[in-house]
Amino acid sequence: MTTIQARIAKEPGSLRRWVSRHSPPYWLSLVGVGWMVLFFLIPLISGLIVSLETGNPVKGYTLTWNWHIYSQIFVHSDIPYTTFFIRSLIYGGSATILCILIAYPMAYYIAFRVSPRWKNSLLLLVLISFFISFVIRTDMWAFVLADQGIVVTTLRHLHLVSANFHILGTAGAVIGGDVYNNLAFMVLPIYVALERIDVRILEAARDLYANSRQTFLKTVLPLSRAGIFAGVLLVFISTVGDPVNSALLGGANTYTIGQAIQDAYLNNQQFNVAAALSTMLMLMLGVIMFIYARIFGTENIENLV
Amino acid sequence: MDPALFRGLTQRRLPRRELLRSAGLGAGLLGFSALLGACGIAGSASREGSDVNWDSFWAQQRKTGVLNFANWPLYIDTEHGRSQSLALFTKATGIKVNYEAVIQNNEPFYATIEPQLAAGESTGYDLAVFTNGWNLTQLIDSNFLVELDHSKLPNFQRYASDLVRNPNYDPGNKHSVTWQTGFTGIAYNTKYIDREITSFDDLADPAFSGHVGMMNDNVELGCAALLHMGVNPEVSTPKDWQESTKWLKKQRRLVSGYYDQSYIQHLENGDTWITQAWSGDVFQANQSGYPHLKFVVPKEGQIVWHDNMVILRGAQNPVSALEWMNFYYTPKIAGIVENWVNYVCPVPEAQRYIMDVLKDPTVANSPLVFPSASIDAVSHGYYVYKDYDEYQQWNDTYNPIIES
Amino acid sequence: MSLVTRQPERTRRSPWLAVFYWLVIVVTSVPIFVMVLYSFNNAPTSRITFAWNGFTTYWYRNLGQVNGLTHAFIVSIEVAVISSLISVVIGTPLAMALGRYKFWGMGSITAIVFADIAAPAIVVGAASLSFFLSINLNTGLLTILIAHVAFNVAYVVVVVRARLSGMDQSIEDAARDLGANPLVTFYRVTLPLLWPGLLAAFLLAFAMSIDDYVITSFIAGSTVTFPLFVYGAAKVGLPPQVLCFGTLIFVVGLLLAFGNGFLNRRHLVQRADTEDSLTH
Repeated sequence: MTTIQARIAKEPGSLRRWVSRHSPPYWLSLVGVGWMVLFFLIPLISGLIVSLETGNPVKGYTLTWNWHIYSQIFVHSDIPYTTFFIRSLIYGGSATILCILIAYPMAYYIAFRVSPRWKNSLLLLVLISFFISFVIRTDMWAFVLADQGIVVTTLRHLHLVSANFHILGTAGAVIGGDVYNNLAFMVLPIYVALERIDVRILEAARDLYANSRQTFLKTVLPLSRAGIFAGVLLVFISTVGDPVNSALLGGANTYTIGQAIQDAYLNNQQFNVAAALSTMLMLMLGVIMFIYARIFGTENIENLV
Repeated sequence: MDPALFRGLTQRRLPRRELLRSAGLGAGLLGFSALLGACGIAGSASREGSDVNWDSFWAQQRKTGVLNFANWPLYIDTEHGRSQSLALFTKATGIKVNYEAVIQNNEPFYATIEPQLAAGESTGYDLAVFTNGWNLTQLIDSNFLVELDHSKLPNFQRYASDLVRNPNYDPGNKHSVTWQTGFTGIAYNTKYIDREITSFDDLADPAFSGHVGMMNDNVELGCAALLHMGVNPEVSTPKDWQESTKWLKKQRRLVSGYYDQSYIQHLENGDTWITQAWSGDVFQANQSGYPHLKFVVPKEGQIVWHDNMVILRGAQNPVSALEWMNFYYTPKIAGIVENWVNYVCPVPEAQRYIMDVLKDPTVANSPLVFPSASIDAVSHGYYVYKDYDEYQQWNDTYNPIIES
Repeated sequence: MSLVTRQPERTRRSPWLAVFYWLVIVVTSVPIFVMVLYSFNNAPTSRITFAWNGFTTYWYRNLGQVNGLTHAFIVSIEVAVISSLISVVIGTPLAMALGRYKFWGMGSITAIVFADIAAPAIVVGAASLSFFLSINLNTGLLTILIAHVAFNVAYVVVVVRARLSGMDQSIEDAARDLGANPLVTFYRVTLPLLWPGLLAAFLLAFAMSIDDYVITSFIAGSTVTFPLFVYGAAKVGLPPQVLCFGTLIFVVGLLLAFGNGFLNRRHLVQRADTEDSLTH
């Protein structure tokens, strides 16, 4: 600050020049940043504030700094919110791992085994399910996997499963839906990372290790880590909080935290409970992602907070 | 989805120092939001409006040419996107109807109109349809409804069935008249179950494990448990509620899901074999390719509920709304609607109209649409909450069963 | 920018990767296939059924028959177009600031953009509702637009910024050296080079907006968008017309994707040509 003032003092008229040189990025960012601060950041914090209010939908809610709500929810509640959190984390975690296992070979195939002129088309095919509405495609799975639907009836006809077998309503169906709806979010970042790898490095590695498995483990995998990292971030965050897959594909014992937040807000009008759950979910995901970035992100911590 | 997006996401960007700055920014925002939050969220009771003189209110109202009608999906006669009953109304009165099927459920719809009602503004709807239950009670208690001028509803006096007159949730039909009535009992799929279903006990038969459907509407769920226990929900006590959860908890391990309106799809699809059910859905399913579904009135009794037309405070066209109510309560119009909707008709004489004019004996002769008078004896209504705390107590009792 | 930059290695490969890739693609296409197929099913009722009752185009000819569906669809298109336009208009300058300048606070802005994309929809939806309740703003079309712009801006910024970083800055510098003021430089040089990027950003924002269910479900008030309608209808059985609308969106989306790909390819060829003439 002092240097600037000193310089301004020395040269009259330089303040204007200084401002005009340094202000453009601020003018350019003003509206965009303003919008995000006002309608994204502040709402996140007002969620925390609402969670500390007490009252009911009839009398209204007033801010009483009731931090107690958090212990009420997790310790003294008849409704097992803790279970929902753990269950959602398990669903999200399983879906994320499955996504990596499925997406990596696909991305690898497109990046290294396909003629360049077909790469974009194959990428488009990965995205193909995004061309139908999220709710429709999830409901179509419910339609396909129902007890009278084509999958289960075929399995029954082939006597591969018992008459009691069902897919819909199980945790497997919910996780499957999560994987299906998020696969592209894993394929694309991994592909982008793989595609950046210089082929000459791979050739050098092949000369060094002579073994394709080792080439893969020692060069390709580490070099694509940033892609996996970004994919995990996107997939895990979106699957843990998702209420739609568990609602449309789940059953009696697949109730997730996303559904709990929706029900508390929209059905029970327990604004404070709903806001507390959503704030808790956000904090929890933040902490998990931070730890994850610490352990696996190494040089990427700063990139992808 | 653009690959450039993912390329952008994997770029190196945020120096650690900036993080600390962001934290500072966050602290500033927190303070700002606390200011915002200091005002809190207004409740539905924040507006007083009990002192309205409804006679002079109605005396001041003039007829307008419009009616804004909010209803549930698939809840009025529809032929190629048009409703004959509404067209007849427009023809008879000159009132144009904006009919919107925007109500997916009571709670979310109530939540969407409540702020306007509390602020004393118009919701944009004159007429809305609410099931008797907490939201309707809340609407009445908060003075969010226009009291009906029964002198303008002669058809209701003349044609309404006893089932919909003077209900426990709205004595004297002061604020509401019924649009459709429904029964809640048990439905089962005769393809999978070859024995007679007679009782709520059948919902707890281990033979149906993994194929039992229950409702995630905690009122229906609780009422089923109360009836199973031999208690009439209308006169039940919080002690009964607590007691009744024992059965629900025990039965829970057989349940494949606690469903919203989708329960009927699950029954049709074979995901469930036996389920709590609404009479109208089963009748419609029977007509549309699922004749093997059967609705039964459990020997312990069934629940009767009503979806009711109400006029919202701040309505721009209350006279139109009242006129439609009166117009609906005729054998002809109720018959046209009933022949399509197939719940329980509030106008018994519509039966003859459907039989003689519309020539649809399946509907006219169905005990699910036109129940015999003896059905009253086995039908019980919902409990009517005295205040929010009671409602909350009911929720606290039954929600843990569903949300688990 | 195309992702195609490198020749594949030419050695003998086992076919397993290809088989795996195509298997997954087939599985992910199942819902699309079912949707398109059953939009032509001559179902006896106005709800989709498992049984195949023969081919019909009846549902397409009677798209408007379902009360509220067409209206919801129009609302969704309106919201998507308006929110995407606003997002591009306010997001592009922000992307330029981030892509073309170094300034104090840049890191914080980037963090906000990233958080906006990564934040779980359920939290954003719930928080937005908390906010609108707190400031006493009735939920409805306006709040949907506000929230959609709030999440779309971030996508626009990331896409446009990525395109900017792939663009040669020397042309802009040259224009500036020749005495063009910043505004002229922007309109005459940057914008023409950037516009495929803007189109891509608009399309992405449009797709995000028209597909959003979770956030909208909190703040829609009594407004019904297409995903909200479908979600509600899914509970009682979808009318076949929903599948028709889905099929139409699918076809249009595919055409747009191919169109955009074509544009990019042409753009790329032109670029390659200029680069060739520069190097030789």
